Amino acid sequence: MALFQEKKAAEGGPYSWPSRKDSQVIGKDQMRLDTLSKTTGEAKYTYDINLKNQLIGRALGCPHSHCRIKAIDTKAAAKVPGVVHIHVFDHAKAGSEISWQGELLAVVAAESEGAAVEGVAKIKVDYEVLESFTNDEDLEAAKAAGRTAKGGGKAVTVREPGDDDDEDEFVDQEITRLLKESAHVVEGYYGIDAITHCCLEPHGSTVQWEGDKLKVYLSTQNVSGTDEGFANDLKISSDSVDVQCDYIGGGFGSKFAADYWGLAAANISKATGRPVKLMLDRDQELKIAGNRPSGYLKVKLGADKNGLVTVWDSHHWGTSGSRGGGVSQSVIPYVLVPKNYRRQATQVKTNTVRSRAWRAPNHPQGCAMTQTALDDLARKMGKDSYDVFMTNLVNATNGKADVYAEEMKIGAKLIDWKQKWHPHGAQVVQRNGRLRPRRRNAIVDGLGMALHTWGGVANSSECKLKIYPDGGVESFCGTQDLGTGTKTICAMVLAETLGLTVHDVKVNIGSSTYPVSGASGGSTTVGAVCESHRRASQDALREIISLVATKLSVGADTLVAAGGRIQVKGNGKKSVSWKEACTLLGMKPLEVSRSHKRGNASPLSNQGVGGVQMAHVQVDVETGVIKLNKFVAVQDQGLVINPKTCKAQVYGAVIMGIAAALYEQRISDPKTGAFVNAELEAYKLARLGDVGDIVVHLYEPESERQRGVIGNGEPPAISPKAAIANAVCNALGVRVPVVPMTPKRVLDAIQTAGRA
Amino acid sequence: MTESTKNSGVSRRAFLKGSGAVAAATAWQTDQLLGEETLTATLVQGSSQINLKVNGKNHKVTVEPRTTLLEVLRYQLDLTGAKPVSSDGSSGASTVMIDGKPKTASTTLALTCKGKSVETVESLGGENPDAVPVAFAEHDASQCGFCTPGFVVAVRAFLNKKPQATEAEIRKGLNGNICRCGTYSQIIDAAVSVVKGGK
Repeated sequence: MALFQEKKAAEGGPYSWPSRKDSQVIGKDQMRLDTLSKTTGEAKYTYDINLKNQLIGRALGCPHSHCRIKAIDTKAAAKVPGVVHIHVFDHAKAGSEISWQGELLAVVAAESEGAAVEGVAKIKVDYEVLESFTNDEDLEAAKAAGRTAKGGGKAVTVREPGDDDDEDEFVDQEITRLLKESAHVVEGYYGIDAITHCCLEPHGSTVQWEGDKLKVYLSTQNVSGTDEGFANDLKISSDSVDVQCDYIGGGFGSKFAADYWGLAAANISKATGRPVKLMLDRDQELKIAGNRPSGYLKVKLGADKNGLVTVWDSHHWGTSGSRGGGVSQSVIPYVLVPKNYRRQATQVKTNTVRSRAWRAPNHPQGCAMTQTALDDLARKMGKDSYDVFMTNLVNATNGKADVYAEEMKIGAKLIDWKQKWHPHGAQVVQRNGRLRPRRRNAIVDGLGMALHTWGGVANSSECKLKIYPDGGVESFCGTQDLGTGTKTICAMVLAETLGLTVHDVKVNIGSSTYPVSGASGGSTTVGAVCESHRRASQDALREIISLVATKLSVGADTLVAAGGRIQVKGNGKKSVSWKEACTLLGMKPLEVSRSHKRGNASPLSNQGVGGVQMAHVQVDVETGVIKLNKFVAVQDQGLVINPKTCKAQVYGAVIMGIAAALYEQRISDPKTGAFVNAELEAYKLARLGDVGDIVVHLYEPESERQRGVIGNGEPPAISPKAAIANAVCNALGVRVPVVPMTPKRVLDAIQTAGRA
Repeated sequence: MTESTKNSGVSRRAFLKGSGAVAAATAWQTDQLLGEETLTATLVQGSSQINLKVNGKNHKVTVEPRTTLLEVLRYQLDLTGAKPVSSDGSSGASTVMIDGKPKTASTTLALTCKGKSVETVESLGGENPDAVPVAFAEHDASQCGFCTPGFVVAVRAFLNKKPQATEAEIRKGLNGNICRCGTYSQIIDAAVSVVKGGK
């Protein structure tokens, strides 16, 4: 598909949202339109598309994290009954170097899964195993292995260097001076391990050629943008590729591209003349289909006597895989940035696959590595963490100090902060070199909080709206519903504008044959589809109203659409039904296409949100097991279209955060570099019994509502790690520095503290 | 071992090891070492046709010893509600009921289902859907929805066993399924509402 092109301006408008009082559909809980098809198993995901005569592909993943392919022999595999075709990737030919475990080497396409799996097992590969490095937390080891590179940094001081001063030297002296003069200094180490996207529907596709045209059923977050990826590689025009995705089983930032295995499916299909289904298996999904960079940070911060941080000096490192990368220095320290700071980053190159965007890229790590240090300041001062966060809101770089303050008050009330608060470690004592609970019971509890920010700008989007003379309403838009409720949002916006119900409109999304809409990433979709659908429907309504105005001999500006009628505002008697109004169109349907371009100012959407989260945990001092008692999330996102699905995003983000705080990590064998827990039994995620009581509060005063729509998929996924880590620290009086806080890490921290 | 052993004459462990006699022999040794039962019956090799009772209907399907119930459901009967998520059943996404008990179809060999009654999530849908999928929909207990069918069957099986389950029991008893999007809070609400509704 061609790049997004904005329709000429001045096609219509002005555009606006109805007031809270006038809204009929917007702001009211709406059950998802497609949810029953999911709960009864009717919904067809990419994995569920079975085409006549299809072949099923299975891939061979490289067992080594670093090796050279000496030879690859597929003869025995080809003899397996049922095996039809074997595709060896160019990057796996003899002599090739493979730099991470799981990299696909070949695909076997067969009549059944069993035959394909057997074929894969029969491929013989002669590997020369090379030295690998995966220990991203150990900076000294990385340096010794020559695996580090400069990752950028920034220094800002209130006092500026003189003309003759060496800048680096000046900053160094200034930071040293400021730390020395600080009333309180905290020195800390914090970290967050790499995790994977772990989509439950693995990456993959079912493809079919129809002549020179390729039909791709793809599990994708980018329906309008992946056809080009297929077309370029297959040397056909993007118009010859139709990408379809009605349902997607999770993406979280990892499913934007055709991927080389998607192209392999297309090539195998071309070679065999048969449809091909190629989905990754669980092991491959975890190893190569998406992970989030790790981050580890050492910091010294200084604060004044009130607990306001005045100076920050940090160095962090981590990895995005074989090319280095890691967490951007731009999110350090996170949101609350003092007037003087120096931040430096080091990239660590590991034998792991390159990371992909993971729900709020950089932010969760920035938050987990720095708002923990702020909590340690409260611990050191013996102050309430809530008060220290409140004091430091003046350092908020996004101008949201007032919003955070309000959200903190709401959160504190919901979690009963004042009642539950105790100073850090108040429930434990050191006895005989061990940290023990003050009471006989080994369970101690604690409170913690964190806050976050995100953009959530509306992506580019076009909607083609058709209104038929019989009153039917149908929209077409090349967006996709990741399970966020996008389809329902589109219907709600159309229904609101046209004075109908969501069941009166038919929303078509999920196909690259529809008008282009941006990829769903970065919380940009709700704004995108609200823009395009509201614009198209407001302008279509104007045309219909003008026809009705003539018929009723009233001014067009007196008419509104409400309750399935076009009527004079405040006078239901002067009206026509929606159906009757549409007959005025004559024989031809009304077709209106409207679009929004990302970045253009609009009264309908906005960007920049905040949010505050608080956790109440209990920790078993004997076993190191942490349990969530209660978690409160207060989130702003401008105007809320569907509170039900908006809240679902927050619940889900919090639960993902609980997993990353307590359970989830990519574990590499230090010697072989093998990803040893790439199956769901060992790749620990939160389960139903682990989440405690979660309370979600959507912060939507009129000041927020009037900002327009802003996405909220990313922001609530940011704070949970820091909030829970701070709660654990409050319970134990001891910092468990790296998340996930596994029982071993908790016990190690307790033991270290006991010896201290 | 399990009932399936008696029916098919071969232990489940043997089947999981592979499709032929050699693999089965290896499994026999393993079982001996583990002190489990010995392998007594004839081995099944190659493809064979069997009758499977799924959602109340009898189906003739072609299976190999290694063919899982999940493969049969998804590729031969076009019942794609049960999902392939993990190879070891640890996600619960392929949960179906076999003779009323929740099992993961991904770790159940099709041959072992001969003579048993298999019910998939699709049996809970249709014109008059069961209370559990309806409650999931009403309580927004599904996001991407890939885990949902397995969860729905797990909840149905759990509530069949414990129709008066308390919220605490629900939180404790439904940990065999994984949802990556994080819909647990709404699933708890949905299950509690089914109990309250007496369905």
